[in-house]
Amino acid sequence: MEYLTTLINEIYKILFLVIPILVSVAMIVWLDRRVWGLVQKRRGPNVVGPFGLFQTLADALKYIFKEIIIPASANKTIFILAPIITMTLALVAWAVIPLSETLVLSNINVGILYLFAISSLGVYGIIMGGWASNSKYPFLGAIRSAAQMVSYEVSIGIIIINVLLCVGSLNLNDIVLSQKNLWYVIPLFPMFVVFFISALAETNRPPFDLPEAEAELVAGYQTEYSGMMYAMFWLGEYANILLMCAMGSILFLGGWLPPLDIYPLNIVPAPFWMIFKILFLFFLFAIIKAIVPRYRYDQLMRLGWKVFLPFSLIYVVLTASFLLYFDKLPKGSF
Amino acid sequence: MLAHAIFFYFFSILAIFSALMVITSRSTVNSVFFLILDFISVGCLFIMVGAEFLGMILLIVYVGAVAVLFLFVVMMLNVAQQKQSWFVGQKSTHIPSGLIVSVLILLELLVVVGGWKYKENIMSSSNLVIDTSITNTHSIGSVMYTDYILYFQLSGVILLLSMVGAIILTYRKRENVKTQSYLKQISRDKASAVMLKDVEFNKGVKIDD
Repeated sequence: MEYLTTLINEIYKILFLVIPILVSVAMIVWLDRRVWGLVQKRRGPNVVGPFGLFQTLADALKYIFKEIIIPASANKTIFILAPIITMTLALVAWAVIPLSETLVLSNINVGILYLFAISSLGVYGIIMGGWASNSKYPFLGAIRSAAQMVSYEVSIGIIIINVLLCVGSLNLNDIVLSQKNLWYVIPLFPMFVVFFISALAETNRPPFDLPEAEAELVAGYQTEYSGMMYAMFWLGEYANILLMCAMGSILFLGGWLPPLDIYPLNIVPAPFWMIFKILFLFFLFAIIKAIVPRYRYDQLMRLGWKVFLPFSLIYVVLTASFLLYFDKLPKGSF
Repeated sequence: MLAHAIFFYFFSILAIFSALMVITSRSTVNSVFFLILDFISVGCLFIMVGAEFLGMILLIVYVGAVAVLFLFVVMMLNVAQQKQSWFVGQKSTHIPSGLIVSVLILLELLVVVGGWKYKENIMSSSNLVIDTSITNTHSIGSVMYTDYILYFQLSGVILLLSMVGAIILTYRKRENVKTQSYLKQISRDKASAVMLKDVEFNKGVKIDD
């Protein structure tokens, strides 16, 4: 009986985490297309519902009613598994994201490692989808994107080390609390920029959307997918983008902390600040999609391995020696 | 405790099952996928013991990086075809050498496992002093960077050496490959890039040399 109540309690909590995320993913797709439209002096989606807010719901409905086509030569199991894995991984990572000091599903010791591990697993959805389709364009797209994601993970890992040097703990709440006096975006500004660009590459967003470069690869690894399975890839992608924004705001923008601990700002509830920061980062993602042309593949690899990796390594040495010289290294555990 | 046991048996059965599937499944790509499942379930077992740092590192390093490269190689090389030509073809020279290696490994295992004696209470876990105020990331770090710093650094150097070696072995300079030189592009100016030419009729101009 005791187990049953715990189980029901946990499922209840998980549902209350997952459903708002799915709804916000739908809203964020609308925001993305709207910003994209406005930058190009178009209106963007504005017909379905107030301001076109229900556009994504209408799209999702359309996808649900479309037929799911599985190619005859595809590897059926893996073909079906791929979008499920993408979607699940994108949602599972949200378990450790703190929206306030107490509002977090599981406050684990190695939160940031967990996030990093889950985001590095994200590549499997793409490889599996591309390979199982048994067709040239998806396979090429999958290989490209796997190489891209593995490359940029390296620099994201080293950027995380930079932040961890200043914090001295892998717990996400500790990372946020240690930014009480100074957000890490100020002392580690170059790392914030590198993190942001790597996050663009990690989530396959323009200007790094090579896996699905329409002009070269039709739609990359999604070419053979249709109906709800395509929609799952698509939702997973946007949930991943939101996750990267959340990670950026926790690591550099002080998570759920208000910008200044003064009267009108600190009565605003903590989750509001977190959501505001995630939306701000997402707005940057959306603007960049609209204003930057696509990278060529060799340029992408050069940027990852020859520019970001050495630069962030040098910054690790700099941060470490600064902390050591001024005796600012975090002491012990929190 | 019950839930703990259920999860333990779930993950360990999954680990053993997928380890068996790695060596028995017909398609090589499938066996790589089962290898990944094996890594993940072992990682979950690590987390269940409370070694969350090790579990996460296992996920990041093996699943996130090593297995991706495995998958890459297996998908690109079409190993199934090679297996066909190695073991089924007329002149199969690989079976004898494979047999020798596997018999040797079996003998080694027999020697090691045969000499294994059960000793009671050599290190009972109840006698261990565990400081719960320190997270296991901290304690691993404090052991690794004090008592075992030499071995730790040496293994890093060995990894670096093998990396350099692999790059030297595979690197070859190819001729006539067009690459983008950023320095060249940036240092172009009007004087060197634009010129005025009188073009003779029916001759044209030679560019790009």
